[in-house]
Amino acid sequence: MLAKYRYVLGDRTYRFVNLAQVMAKASPARAGDRLAGVIADSAEERAVAQHVLADVPLQTFLDEALIPYEADEVTRLILDDHDAAAFAPIRHLTVGGLRNWLLGDEATPARLAALRPGLTPEMVAAVSKLMRNQDLILVARKCRVTSAFRNTLGLPGRLATRLQPNHPTDEATGIAASVLDGLLYGNGDAVIGINPATDNLAQTLHLLQLLDEIIQRYEIPTQSCVLAHVSTTVEAIAKGAPVDLVFQSIGGTEATNRSFGVTLADLAEAREAALGLRRGSVGDNVMYFETGQGSSLSADAHHGLDQQTCEARAYAVARKFEPLLVNTVVGFIGPEYLFDGREIIRAGLEDHFCGKLLGLPMGCDVCYTNHAEADQNDMDNLLTLLGVAGCNYIMGIPGSDDVMLNYQTTSFHDALYLRRTLGLRPAPEFEQWLARLQIFEDVQGPRLPGAVPAAFARPLARLHESRGDG
Amino acid sequence: MAEDAHDPPAAEVPDGGVIDNPWASLRAYTDARIGLGRAGISLPTAPLLAFQLAHAQAKDAVHTALDTEALTRQLAGLAHPLAQTAPLLLATQAGDRATYLQRPDLGRRLDEPSRERLAEAHGAAPADLALVLADGLSARAVAAWAVPVIDALCTALAAAGPDWRLAPVCLVRQGRVAIGDEVGERLQARAVVVFIGERPGLSSPDSLGLYLTWAPRPGVTDAERNCISNVRRGGLAPAAAGRRLAYLLGEARRRELSGVQLKDRSAADPDEGPPRPGNFLAP
Repeated sequence: MLAKYRYVLGDRTYRFVNLAQVMAKASPARAGDRLAGVIADSAEERAVAQHVLADVPLQTFLDEALIPYEADEVTRLILDDHDAAAFAPIRHLTVGGLRNWLLGDEATPARLAALRPGLTPEMVAAVSKLMRNQDLILVARKCRVTSAFRNTLGLPGRLATRLQPNHPTDEATGIAASVLDGLLYGNGDAVIGINPATDNLAQTLHLLQLLDEIIQRYEIPTQSCVLAHVSTTVEAIAKGAPVDLVFQSIGGTEATNRSFGVTLADLAEAREAALGLRRGSVGDNVMYFETGQGSSLSADAHHGLDQQTCEARAYAVARKFEPLLVNTVVGFIGPEYLFDGREIIRAGLEDHFCGKLLGLPMGCDVCYTNHAEADQNDMDNLLTLLGVAGCNYIMGIPGSDDVMLNYQTTSFHDALYLRRTLGLRPAPEFEQWLARLQIFEDVQGPRLPGAVPAAFARPLARLHESRGDG
Repeated sequence: MAEDAHDPPAAEVPDGGVIDNPWASLRAYTDARIGLGRAGISLPTAPLLAFQLAHAQAKDAVHTALDTEALTRQLAGLAHPLAQTAPLLLATQAGDRATYLQRPDLGRRLDEPSRERLAEAHGAAPADLALVLADGLSARAVAAWAVPVIDALCTALAAAGPDWRLAPVCLVRQGRVAIGDEVGERLQARAVVVFIGERPGLSSPDSLGLYLTWAPRPGVTDAERNCISNVRRGGLAPAAAGRRLAYLLGEARRRELSGVQLKDRSAADPDEGPPRPGNFLAP
């Protein structure tokens, strides 16, 4: 076969059959690409592929679709929505040139924002493969993406958390107990979001009601979400349920999304239904998406692409629907895709960078499973790096232990650590609420009071009386 | 630094100054790690160490090898005809744990010696049911709960009739759920049940899963399986799991299928514990 991409190194000539192979072999090593058989055969081949990729003109990504236009609706979305005018300032560049441009002083937050519609996920994935971790952090920090529903997320110097009160049987008392714990540690501004143990309509209606009652009772400037399948949420809306956000897991190829039981049309329909409820007070971003490297390979829907490029393509799906929240559930998928702490940390930084550069309100589920070679120290490292990079939000869960999904993510305490060490504050509306209810006695610190704030002391006392131990 | 020098001396407290959470009693309602208290804004030493121990146990569960000798002794002690045949020791093409964790495809295929062993063992008569015990992600779960479930299963199957011809029990090292498909096909079994260690959580390092497949052969999809999960202390009791499995096997044999079309209509276990107050934050 005639190799379009080749590189002569000494007396050896490296050949790559297509752009997808250059991208895959240029990727920093990870288990999923090895499993897919697309990984570089040697460290030298990887470095050579990076040289080749650096010389690819950005225009090539518009001319050579990695997955054919006819075969994949995500490709069609990417190419049909591409904005040539926004692309103009960088159209003369190669991938290597784009890295220099992004790092350069000319790439101000305003110019980066204007560039977004001109970038495709493949361009962004490509440049990330040439970047060191510090590059991914520095450029992401310049990308400011805000979104709003009942509060404003993503402002500079702010860090929000999703309060994740999961329970193995969706039992209301247990969920309320975790919600209380999280609120009293100042968590929950991004969303109070439950992964239901059972994904059916009755359970979803029940949980939506539970969360809505808490938000209304305490006038919390935040939003709720039950992370059921989009079709369940659409049914719940039709039943008149108090739906703030529509959740869906998405991937970067049409076939991946089919494996999740969803099409672009389904997502558009769900968004319209949620917008129709007009439940947001300061904004109308009503979608919540979760992604993660490896989902396409896991569904045998990766078309021979590396897993990080598939992941970046998922962000094209997300940005079409102007979400409030996107997060990469980076370490959940397991060691077949990201083997250890090193691979998880790299992937988390890549995903955050790619999402932000494409204009998404990126958060990260800084997490691992017990069969991955990772531990709390790895998560501390990724958490701190993402805090520096300006990540919009992280998860918050009691003591890092999700007793329903059986994995470890960041705790309520972890968010306070990041806020205190980096001076990061909650979303402004939520911050005012924390101060008003005296959950934080010093918001800047932050410092917490020893006693239970009055608004929550009453229900706790009632509960203790009913148990006869008040 | 100069300003710090003017701070008054810190008060002397025995635990270094942990601020307890008055809502810690809510732990009665959830296994979630709520009300942990704080040292400043950080995790106090006691819950930190408790977490580290739980994580260590979960990690060990993943990396502990399947003790086939102990399982063989356990099986031999059962008061069922099954106990009279020694189990077959098999292994997959994932030669070690590191390979197993990164190559799910290899954990679904038997290695050549295992294939030869099965060819010698199955003899002329096809079996109705093959029981496959695989380490999965927690050999500890298999060691703790597989044989008690088999005990309850055999009792329930004998009571329900008609007879099930059982193949020798297979013990598989480095196995995934789908290994049952190849084992079942090679034993010409009409059904296979895989007993496998589930992904360990911090509070559940020894949770066992049971996967029933009618007409096993490589290429079966997960939609064609029935799963009974969370067999452990604090989860589904082994005796109840064995009975439920016997019910599903009976239905699978009657209808000659398994999976989404075969719903579990066995009586639900009664909810344990006293009634709970529900959403106490907004009663």
